[in-house]
Amino acid sequence: MSDPVALELREHFATVEQQRGTADTGMWVFLMTELMMFGGLFVAYTVYRFNHPQAFAEGSASMDIMLGSVNSAILLTSSLTMGFAELSAKLGRQRLLGILLLVTILIGLAFLGIKFTEYVEHYQQHEAPGVWFNRSGPHAPAVQMFFVFYFIMTGLHAVHMIIGIFLILGLISRNMIGSLSAAYHTPVSIVGLYWHFVDIVWIFLYAIFYLPGLHK
Amino acid sequence: MIEAVAEKLEKNYLNEKQGLLSWLLSTDHKRIGILYTFSITCFFFLGGFFALLMRLELLSPRNWLVSAGTYNKLFTMHGIIMVWFFLIPSIPGTLGNFLIPMMVGAKDVAFPKLNLLSWYIFMLGGTVTVYALIRGGVDTGWTFYTPFSTSYSTTYVVAAAVGVFIAGFSTILTALNFVVTIHRMRAPGLTWFKLPVFIWSMYANSLVLILNTPVLAITLVMIAVERIAKVGIFDPALGGDPVLFQHMFWFYSHPAVYTMVLPGMAVISEIIPVFSRKPLFGYKAVAFSSVAIAVLGFLVWGHHMFVAGESVYSALTFSFFSYCVAVPSAIKVFNWTATMHKGSISWDTPMLYAIGFIGLFTIGGMTGLFLAALGLDVHVHDTYFVIAHFHYIMVGGTVMAFLGGVHYWWPKISGKMYPEGLARLSALIVFLGFNLTFFPQFVLGFLGMPRRYAAYPEEFQMLHVLSTAGATILGVGYVLPLCYLLWSWNHGRDAGPNPWRAPGLEWKSTSPPPTHNFEVTPVVTSKLPYDFEAMKEELELV
Repeated sequence: MSDPVALELREHFATVEQQRGTADTGMWVFLMTELMMFGGLFVAYTVYRFNHPQAFAEGSASMDIMLGSVNSAILLTSSLTMGFAELSAKLGRQRLLGILLLVTILIGLAFLGIKFTEYVEHYQQHEAPGVWFNRSGPHAPAVQMFFVFYFIMTGLHAVHMIIGIFLILGLISRNMIGSLSAAYHTPVSIVGLYWHFVDIVWIFLYAIFYLPGLHK
Repeated sequence: MIEAVAEKLEKNYLNEKQGLLSWLLSTDHKRIGILYTFSITCFFFLGGFFALLMRLELLSPRNWLVSAGTYNKLFTMHGIIMVWFFLIPSIPGTLGNFLIPMMVGAKDVAFPKLNLLSWYIFMLGGTVTVYALIRGGVDTGWTFYTPFSTSYSTTYVVAAAVGVFIAGFSTILTALNFVVTIHRMRAPGLTWFKLPVFIWSMYANSLVLILNTPVLAITLVMIAVERIAKVGIFDPALGGDPVLFQHMFWFYSHPAVYTMVLPGMAVISEIIPVFSRKPLFGYKAVAFSSVAIAVLGFLVWGHHMFVAGESVYSALTFSFFSYCVAVPSAIKVFNWTATMHKGSISWDTPMLYAIGFIGLFTIGGMTGLFLAALGLDVHVHDTYFVIAHFHYIMVGGTVMAFLGGVHYWWPKISGKMYPEGLARLSALIVFLGFNLTFFPQFVLGFLGMPRRYAAYPEEFQMLHVLSTAGATILGVGYVLPLCYLLWSWNHGRDAGPNPWRAPGLEWKSTSPPPTHNFEVTPVVTSKLPYDFEAMKEELELV
């Protein structure tokens, strides 16, 4: 087989370094746009929380803080395994890389599973917004607003997780056919960037949805 | 003779591969630029058709052509198509795609496949929007203001919002591609301050699009969720705040206005030096003024809400920043005119459009200051004054720049020259038609004619008739270039690599360029951009 570096180089680049740097910059710029997308939602959430502080505290009180905290710990662990995966990719430990990527996916799936259980619980307690929402009390409409944001924001986050899982699956298959090596591991580091970003977003989601109810 | 034949046989990006699939699957930035040109031209004439219907309706003070409801749909679809499917992708999608890699001396954009994907996403968004249109259209205005759009309108709001949402991703991906290309793909020796100002403006423009488009996307998601699930995100009856929608919408849309005109400024900054035979005056000032417009553009959105319930202090702040935008804009205008000063000016078609741009943009910009003034805005808010103001920027500015740019780079894109006399004539027709269409609207607005009405008091008829007459002239001015440019594609005379004797890197290649733009990757040795002295020596050597 010929030189892997030569295989990697696409024809419109001058050098491999230029190509790698380009991929890296591309992901960072993409994360900027992602940040603004979540940012819009965070702004709207903040405005309404200022308008309806009690209702948002009330909504937050019906969150399962236990599940939320466990899920946060789980997701942060997946960032750790992803970090190790990047490290092993740099060191050329292909077998270890495959295992760590697989573990990251499994932890990600565990997160999504717990998230789904929470969604089902909210649905059963008539907290899912729209026709399913049923609650009385002076703050009911604004509590529904809390849940609207909860479902949109964690839902958008979950979509990003699912995309991330598919990206990692792609890495695993590339690793299995041997196109990743110590000399070429750019895809691992840019998917890693994405995965860590999605994790960081969760930390803020955890804070704004699970914690306000604690003051009640 | 033999040489001429050999030149004809030379492989370039147009003849290297043939057939429809070679276009639809091409990752060549130049071909993708042409795909965009095709799409946005279709959308432009579709949006123009709606405008024409509106102008015809407004010939008479009473509804004579369409009902008030249909009129609402006409101005909405005109706005949606023109803003998202023509203005925003116009110059970046076509000239930007074609020129940015060439101007930085690269073989292609950073991510060629992503570039092709953005065109497909754009077409998908366009298809969904056209679907909404065929099913019966939308009547909310292009701004989708709540609570009308979420709770009351019975038209295809969700479909239109989904169309715009999808198109937004195409905008983001194109912008991302440009930013990375400009950062990473520059030819050896091409440092930031040797870049053409076109690149600087497109860079600033792309950054704005990367930062503001996702906010629009998420706002449209909220609108769709509210309509479908009947939950009150912006509905005051359910604890929501309709003004929050306006804030989020204009946080996107005011910077978006600058993303419509920054590419126009990019084009003008290239044309003026070449047809004045002088380096661009105040290069750094012009370059940084693009960045300044991009930054300030994010701080002015509240000036759309002076009468919508905004605190005095935020209104004052937004008004102040809106005035500030005039500074970098004026820097550009003064530097363009200073470039022309004592230059050796030639009156070729691109230059006619560029000069038209300077005048019309100045009028559009100055009347923008009227609207930024807290007191005056109350009087002219939501009147034809506003319509006239932003059409001076978008049609008088961006469309003029687009046409100027297309003429200027046409020899590079097609390898052919267009008929110069006819082109000058149509530039003149566009200028006259444009002013006749929109100048009366300033007067109308100042006299109190509100926007978005199909009927009006009889005393306004004269001005409306003038405006409609102008619109028909303007229409002729737009159809003419379409005809003669298409004609010249096959029948024009060969342009040669550099018919304008222009200094930019894109002119160092053949016309049309080979698939990878340059035979050898260029190395930039000149000390400045727009180096006409070096040009002169080069030409003398030849």
